[in-house]
This record gives sequence, structure tokens and C-alpha cells, in this order.
Amino acid sequence: MTTETVAPAATETSGRPMDLLRFATAGSVDDGKSTLIGRLLYDTKSLFTDQLAAVEAVSAARGDEYTNLALLTDGLRAEREQGITIDVAYRYFATPRRKFIIADTPGHIQYTRNMVTGASTADLALILVDARKGLVEQSRRHAFLCSLLRVPHLVLCVNKMDLVDFSQEVFERIADEFTAFAAKLEVPDLTVVPVSALRGDNIVSRSENMPWYEGPSLLHHLERVHIASDRNLVDVRFPVQYVIRPQSTTVTDYRGYAGQVASGVLKPGDEVMVLPSGFTSRIAAVETADGPVAEAFPPMSVTVRLEDELDISRGDLICRPNNAPAVAQDIEAMVCWMDETRPLQVGGKYAIKHTTRSARAIVRGLNYRLDINSLHRDEAAGELRLNEIGRVRLRTTIPLLADEYRRNRTTGGFVIIDETTNRTVGAGMIIEAS
Amino acid sequence: MTRPAYQVSHLDALEAESIFVMREVVAEMERPVLLFSGGKDSIVMLRLAQKAFAPANIPFPVMHVDTGHNFPEVLEYRDRRVAELGLQLVVASVPEALASGLVRESADGMRNRIQTPVLLDAVEKHRFDALFGGARRDEEKARAKERVFSFRDEFGQWDPKNQRPELWALYNGRHHPGESIRVFPLSNWTELDVWHYIARERIALPSIYYAHEREVVERDGMLYAVNEFFRPRAGEERFKARVRYRTVGDASCTAAVRSDADTVEKVIEEVAATRITERGATRGDDRVSEAAMEDRKREGYF
Repeated sequence: MTTETVAPAATETSGRPMDLLRFATAGSVDDGKSTLIGRLLYDTKSLFTDQLAAVEAVSAARGDEYTNLALLTDGLRAEREQGITIDVAYRYFATPRRKFIIADTPGHIQYTRNMVTGASTADLALILVDARKGLVEQSRRHAFLCSLLRVPHLVLCVNKMDLVDFSQEVFERIADEFTAFAAKLEVPDLTVVPVSALRGDNIVSRSENMPWYEGPSLLHHLERVHIASDRNLVDVRFPVQYVIRPQSTTVTDYRGYAGQVASGVLKPGDEVMVLPSGFTSRIAAVETADGPVAEAFPPMSVTVRLEDELDISRGDLICRPNNAPAVAQDIEAMVCWMDETRPLQVGGKYAIKHTTRSARAIVRGLNYRLDINSLHRDEAAGELRLNEIGRVRLRTTIPLLADEYRRNRTTGGFVIIDETTNRTVGAGMIIEAS
Repeated sequence: MTRPAYQVSHLDALEAESIFVMREVVAEMERPVLLFSGGKDSIVMLRLAQKAFAPANIPFPVMHVDTGHNFPEVLEYRDRRVAELGLQLVVASVPEALASGLVRESADGMRNRIQTPVLLDAVEKHRFDALFGGARRDEEKARAKERVFSFRDEFGQWDPKNQRPELWALYNGRHHPGESIRVFPLSNWTELDVWHYIARERIALPSIYYAHEREVVERDGMLYAVNEFFRPRAGEERFKARVRYRTVGDASCTAAVRSDADTVEKVIEEVAATRITERGATRGDDRVSEAAMEDRKREGYF
């Protein structure tokens, strides 16, 4: 018996390669969110029999009348004991067209932090409402957070349609109300689907119980929603992550700038500018370990080499001379506070992580705190507590190379870190940088 | 194979994310190390590390937590790979820790639990502040809530209620002396993604991942190979079966599955069709209780 086996050349399963869609789900246990996720996993054969058996056993032991699919996502002992979901759980499933990553966020009032975390990387957000109850405060809050985090696609699932006799009228009333609310927010793309997660109506295939509904099933929509255009291919932004300089006798004089393309397209020959220095050069090569590439675009991780030897280090940014981010120390941003022990206070000093750059910052002012249910602005607020959101003015020790968050989710977002505890205490979305 | 302009496949997206994570660690942490068991996930991690820093060498050592219960094919693979890449190998040895009295053999003879103090001891001795692990969130539900950068206190412990929110691709690796970060570059990969990647990259694996004939006994519905670490009990019947390993762990508690999959394509087919998780199918150590993995993670396990 040999001890090593080399895999033969790979053949991809179909002509069209799978792509990746990340989506966040929001809603409480009562809305049937866990059932919906269980249904998606089950119907795409991503749920395993031992996982199901474990959940059935625990359900039975607790005296639940039915198999509680919420137990699939409630992985921690404290969650199972208290019957609540504490943290974002990540789930995976795939169809021949797409791989899906679900950031499953708990819906409780106190968990804005989790919703914001899950939405920060999401291409799409899925909000659930119970058809019998219609929109509740929480649905509006979830929609607002998705728009704040600039999730490009929003899906409202009106669930438990079986319990309202698959009524078109009930569905349309909820859909209209939500559409009117969403119009006040910045929601680029909204789809509303009537479903019964428990029975599987409109989840994988169109439901025969709702012939009046002419839209796609939920899975059909998730598989086909067009996400390629969500990426910013216009503004070249390449935050330098790491400088590769081999200490080797075979590779000499190599200097490459490693990073992940935040936005735009980089090609050999392009004239580029390096910030904050402002020096310009041309791209000599764009490389990966598999060889040079003709162009690089998000989300590729590559190594860029320049024609001129410049002093470039981690935290610098490569862009185009005629299209550059702000080099800014005064930052205005919407900040979501995430620390339960200490609130954000005017005058407070923190560490900031923005792209690959770290800085220190002082809070110069809190313009207002936002009530995320009424969208009322409280200008008298003096601090932000856990799960509160407000417009904050910061002054940083060194310039950030920043864009507005609405234009660029990578160069427009930052996290705030407590310098004493090292905890991540806030998330910021830049509105203005100067 | 045609690909629409400016789009990447899911494997390319996963690879790009993992490479980003590895570069973040090397740029921000003092003394990273990669946990290398010779299992498929750590082998994939090693390939990603090669890619992240090419044409330079991998800029950190690898560490094997050696329970002493090894599959010989896996040890050979480990040593060959380490030599090929010119890596420094740190072995955190459970047998040595037993000999020195750091740990004591547990009553059931399983070494999964006692490898945690051995790991933590090596981390302290070498002052590693970042440990790359191959754990994936799809493996187990306690892991589904794990961060990419997972903070551990000075006792190496994981507190699930005290994790740092992880937004965008902004990973917070800040820590005080003695504390450390576990980093999981494969967080968003599934077992099937790993196999597709092994196929695409033509990565060599220890032969036990592919179907072969082996003498086994059946216990608790799982097939255990008969070897020096696993002795059949009275009444357990030995028989030959065609099997392969879905995971590689301690040879005394890692079971094989019946399989005819002797090529990577056949393994992909098999994994795509299987209805049992890899840990559920093959790991006696995860079957101890509903929260077995969570408890071990809290103590400092991966």
C-alpha cells in the first residue's frame, strides 16, 4: 500500500462554475426562522441524519411536542438551556448553481449587535414575518439595519401563509405596508415571497396553494438574484496588507504588495497612486501563486508589483491618480455600539481598525442618537449604549484612506476597539471624511 | 468552461478569503504557528499558506499535537511534507507529557481530552500568540458560532459569551501578553468544498483517505481499525472491509467508513451523497455528550 495518493486532475461538475452568496436571516423563533432554515437545509440535502437525530433526541428529552429545529442552530449549552439564541450562527448549503453562507442572527431586541455583524458581509438579507401578525416593530428594525449596512438585496418572507388560508389579501396588505416602509429607507432591491416554511410552500418550488402568486420560490430567487453588479468595479482601491520580500538566494529583488482587492479592476500598465504618500507609478504585474493574471478585481487576493521602488507598507492604499479616497482625519460616521460594559462617550479615546490600517481616535461629538424604531433623532443624547446607533464625529491620529460607506463597504467601514480590554466595541459606517 | 466577466467561483472566493486571513495574521501577530495534524483540512491550510506568501516561504512553523496514537501513513506524510517545504516542525507530545507527569492517562484511554493541556503547554513554551487551526463551522454546532479570529484568555479558554463581534473583513487580533488568538482560515468551507479544492489543486493526501482494505471491528455502529492502539473487546468480531477515513484523528477513537471511493472524484461523489456528518460518522470522541465539543473548546481545544 502506498502512503500517499495524488489526486488526478479535477473536473468541475458542470459547465457553469458555482458562485457564492452570503445572506443574513433575521426574525425571532416565533416567526419560524429556524424552521425556514431547517427547510432550506433539508430540501437541499444539506441537513445530515445524525444532526437531525441529535435534535430529535433533545426535543424528546425536553418534552417538546414536535422536533424543534431551532435546536439545530442553538449550538451552545446556555442557548439550549434558556431556549434563546445568543450568537450569530453560520450555516452552509449549496445547489448546483450556488454555494450559500447563512449568517443566522437572533431576533431579540437586545441583539442589534448580531444583526449588524451578520449584515456586514451579506449580499442579501432575509426578513421573516408571521402572516397572522403582519409587520411588527422588529421587522421595521431589521429592515432599517439592512439599509444602514447597505445590504444590496432584501427579501421579505411572509411566513405561515397556511395559517391564513393562503390569503392573497393578507399577503398583499403586508407586502404593501412593508414596501411603503422600505421606500423611506435605501433598499435597492426588494422581493416579497409568501411562504409556509413548515409545509414547504414556495420554498423550493412554487406552491399550488397560492396560484395567485406569480413570483419565484424563495430558493429560485436565492439561486438567481443578480449579485455580480453589486461589486464596485469602478473605484480602484487596494489596501496593502503585507509586503512580500523573500529572504532567499533564488528569488532576489522581489518586492510585492499583497492584499485583497476592495474595489475596481487592476491591470498591468495601469497608472496608480499610493496613499497617503501620493507617489505615482505603474503596475508592473499582478500575481498570484499560480502565476501572473491579466487583471484583478474583488474579491481576489493578489500581489501587486510596481515599476518603481517606492516606500510602501501595510496600511497604505493603491488607487488611481484621478480617483482616490479621502485622506482624512475628521470622520463622521453612523456608529453602532456593541459593548455592554462601557458606553461610547464624547471625549473617549479608542483604537480604530479601517481596511488594513490601524489608528487611534477621539470622539469629538455625538450629533444625535437614532431611535431605530421611530427613526427619531435625539440630539440631546450624550452617549451610546449597547445596541444604540448614532451619528458620531471622530478625529484620528493618522489619516484614514476612506470612502463613504454607501459607495464602498470595504473602505467605508471600520471597527472601534477598546484599548484597555481589546474588545471590539463599535462598528462605524463613514458618511463624510475630510 | 466559461465564466462571466469579473466573477469568481465559490472556490476562488473561499481561497481569496482564507489567504486574506492568513496574511492578516502574519502582518499583525508576533508568533503565529499552524496546527498540522496531517489531516486533510490542515493539508489544505498549508497549501493556502504557500499561496499567501509566494514566492517567499511560509513565514511560520507548524505544530503537531501528537497523541502517540498515530496512523503511520499520516506521520510519514507529515514528515515528508515538512521536509519538502523546509518548515520548522514543533511536536507537542502527549507521550512525553505523560512521562513527565504533566497529564495522566484518562480512565477510558482516550487522549482527546489530555491533548489540550499538552497543546497549551507548548503554546506557552514557544510563546505562540496566533494558532491557525483547520476547524470549519460546518463540522459541529458549537463551531458554527466560532469566529475566524477566536480570542483565548491566558488559560487558553474559549468563552462563547465573550467573543468579539466580527464585522466585514476587520479581524481584531489584539491581545495582552499570555493571551492568544486561534485563527480558522477555513471557517466558511464545507467538507465538500475541501474535497473540491483538493481535486482542483491536485493535492496529495495520506492514502487512508481513499478506499482500501482493512481489518476492522464494529463498535457503536462505527468501524474501527484493529491496530496497536485499538484492541477488540471480547465478542467483537474482526473482519476485513473496504473502508476509508473521512477524518484523521487519534487512531484509538477515529473510525473508518465503508467506501469504494479510491479516487478524489469518487470521494466527492460520496461526500455529496452522504447523509451523516464527518464527525458524527467517525469520531467516538464527539459522541460523549450533546455538548462534548463545546466543553473541550472551553478548555482550550480547537
